[in-house]
Amino acid sequence: MDNPRRDFITAGGLLAALMAAGSRAADLAQVPAPGWNRAAFQAKTVAEALKALGVMVARDGGELALTAPEIAEDGAVVPVIAQCRAPGTREIHILVDKNPFSLAASFFFPDGTDAFVSTRIKMAETSNVVALAVTPGQAYLARRQIKVTIGGCGG
Amino acid sequence: MADPMRLRAVMQADRVEVKILMAHPEETGLRKGPDGAIVPAHFISNVSVQYAGREVLRAEWGAAVSKNPFLQFAFRAGARGDELTVTWIDNLGESRTDRVTIT
Repeated sequence: MDNPRRDFITAGGLLAALMAAGSRAADLAQVPAPGWNRAAFQAKTVAEALKALGVMVARDGGELALTAPEIAEDGAVVPVIAQCRAPGTREIHILVDKNPFSLAASFFFPDGTDAFVSTRIKMAETSNVVALAVTPGQAYLARRQIKVTIGGCGG
Repeated sequence: MADPMRLRAVMQADRVEVKILMAHPEETGLRKGPDGAIVPAHFISNVSVQYAGREVLRAEWGAAVSKNPFLQFAFRAGARGDELTVTWIDNLGESRTDRVTIT
């Protein structure tokens, strides 16, 4: 038996599902697999991000070198280079203190790959850039203040 | 479909130095467009570089990587003439895979 009311309810349910999908796509936090550390990328401070990355104690170490310009004319394109000499470095993370979300990028190095990365990030304003290197037994931090003349988040 | 990546993989002594330039808008989801509406987040979330059937670099990225992302790294092993495969996936589920021969 035809039941228009049921059709209407089904259509409504589909619409609700589509709307939910749409709002998910717009949400920074919602990213599909494979492996994406949502909690870390959602963190609004470096301390929160470190916690989400499972780092409780990190030491400021000469083993980790962070190279970046003192002044970035354009916050939209700030070159950063991180290199860690500590043996067994498995991960390097790049964070920005005053960005809306602190964690910018995470790199994972299997055996045979240098604990080195060069990339470009966005900075909203003058801030510390933080590199975090993780070895099986130790975590290292390096900080560098970068003055931003023009913020990189537009608007 | 996104534009191809620009890739270079150069043998330097016992290492392969890899440079990658991806074509991607890298929208943070925090920026307003000319019409005053928020431009939805659209950024690369995952990168994987494969050589000889194994992963030589993996990355997870947020929206704070610059537009048209640049990435340089190096790994031991490899030989001239071998092929590297680079794949990215973004937060909207789009992806792109490109190959480069080590020179």
